[in-house]
Parts: sequence; structure tokens; C-alpha cells
Amino acid sequence: MIARLVLILMLAFAPVTTAFAVEPDEMLSDPVLEARARDVSRQLRCVVCQNQDIDSSNAGIARDMRLLVRERIVEGDTNAEVLDFMVARYGNFVLLRPPFNPQTYVLWFAPLALALVAGGFGIAVMVRVRRQSAHPDDLSEAEDAAFQALSDADAKDETQP
Amino acid sequence: MKRLLFASPVLISLIFGGFFLWGLDPERDPSAIPSVLISRPAPEFTLPEVAGTGVPGFARADLVGNSEPVVVNIFASWCVPCRAEHAVLTRLVEEDGVRLFGINYQDEPEDALRWLTELGNPYERIGSDLEGRVAIEWGLTGVPETFIVGGDGTVLYKYVGPVVGETAVREFTTALAQARAGGSS
Repeated sequence: MIARLVLILMLAFAPVTTAFAVEPDEMLSDPVLEARARDVSRQLRCVVCQNQDIDSSNAGIARDMRLLVRERIVEGDTNAEVLDFMVARYGNFVLLRPPFNPQTYVLWFAPLALALVAGGFGIAVMVRVRRQSAHPDDLSEAEDAAFQALSDADAKDETQP
Repeated sequence: MKRLLFASPVLISLIFGGFFLWGLDPERDPSAIPSVLISRPAPEFTLPEVAGTGVPGFARADLVGNSEPVVVNIFASWCVPCRAEHAVLTRLVEEDGVRLFGINYQDEPEDALRWLTELGNPYERIGSDLEGRVAIEWGLTGVPETFIVGGDGTVLYKYVGPVVGETAVREFTTALAQARAGGSS
């Protein structure tokens, strides 16, 4: 009974890990290189399932790409060189995080540009509304004189009870 | 300024309308991956023959210096759509005199041989890519895929998926006709 309870508790609190697509026979024996391979794999898009990285994809091509990533790393490529190797074959599409270069400026700057345009319109509308509700201060000379005359007359009325 | 403000709702709806028209176009395939190989030289590779087929394997060198474009088809005996595509490719070879090379992707030679014996072999050369490494050099995303390589070894066109059905065949033969016209001029 106690043993069963312990087992249930152990299972309940077992560390939850995601199902790994990386199979033991793919892994490199050097843990440092393997960690780098995992890091690179997580940045590469599976070209079959498309919104999944190759590290977690079970597709055949994803496996081939994982093996290739490890092969390049063992041959002494840096992480960036491995990514470049893949981009040369599959284009920027294979990167889950789009790079920052002239081809992707539109992607990166469009939200900012749209926010600026929208903000510009908003400010323009607000300025216009505020100006209309405020007192018109640009009176013509004749209006100014008439206003002056009225206010003088008013002042006289007040000083002479 | 005032006019621009009044016109802004119209402008915004035009922009969004245009975007929706583009986005909802049934012809547009958002999952299509543009190939980086187009207009670039074919990748470096060497593939051995599939034993028993009687046709040689091939390498990049065989794609360079041809008088006309070569169609390179990546196929496998385990790939169901390839079976349907096989008939189309055979017809292209027999009726239009297309030069067809095949890359046999991750396929046991015996299985490939059985498949070709059953359906016939339209391929002039077949390279065996058992490991699937060469397919990655070609930027393969799934079998089948079909490339048109110009006589000088430049990749001119890529078709993802089986060239089956009227639309696909028309698209492919148009590209092939363009490649042939470009090669002879």
C-alpha cells in the first residue's frame, strides 16, 4: 500500500519533459557539442511541418537535417556557420528567427512605420479638435476694435454704478 | 490635410482590402517555400547507380554542358504520389523527348528496382541517394520534387509535389518550354 502510494507520488512529481524527437543514436558523445547541436536545431525550421523546429520534429527530413547539423559541428563549424550552411540550401525560410538584413527590413520596420502613421493621424485629429474648441484668437482689426469698444463700455458700466 | 483626414478611412479600407485580396487568393500557397536554387548552379554531388536498373548514376558534371535542359526528378518507391507522377513523366519522355534524370531518395535499391520493373523506367540516369544527403543539397522538402536544369547546369525551375493533374502539368510544361527556348537562343 505504502509502496503504491510512493509510486503514485513519484509519478505525479516526475519532471515533465517534452517528447524528444532526437533519438539516442543521433546524439553526439561529447555533451558540449551535443548541447550546441540542440541549440542550433532549435533555430532551424522543419521544412515539412514548417512551424516546428527540427529538434522536436519527427519528420524524416528533420532527422536528416539534425544529423547534418551534428556532422557540421563535429567537423568544426561554428553555430553560425551551420546555420549559414542550411540557409544556403533552404533560404532564410529555414531560420525560425528571421535575420535582420535588407531583405527583411520590411518585416522588422513595418509595425513601427504603421504605428507612426497611426499615431500621426491621431495627433493630427486631436490638434484639429483642440484648435476648433479653443477661442479663436485671430480676430480681424475691425472685430478687434469692436470687441475693444464693447469691453471698454462694459468696464465703464462697472466703474460707474 | 483636412482632405487627407477625410480620405483616410477610404485609404485604410483600400489597403486592407488589397491585403485581404492577396491573402485570400486561392492560387497563393502560403506554405510554399521559395527555392534558393533557382538561377543558381546545380549543387555539387555524385550519386551511384541503382544496382540492376542498367542505367548509370550521375553527378553534377552530367548536368553541365548539355544541349538541352534536363529534368531532375526526386522520387522513391515508397512515395505514393510518385506512382501517379511516373505516368506523366513517362509520357513527357516518350512524347516530348524530355531528358529525365532521377534521384532515388532514401530507397533500398531492391525496392527501387522492383518499382521500376513494375512501372517501367523512363529515367536516362538514376542516382541512389540512400542517405538523403544529396536531397538536402537540392533543398528537398518532400518527395516528389522536380527540377528543370538548363544545359549549362543552372537550376531554372522547381516543382514541389507530384506533377499530376491538368494545372500542374500545364505549369510544368510551360516552364519546360521556356527553359528549352532559353537554352537554344
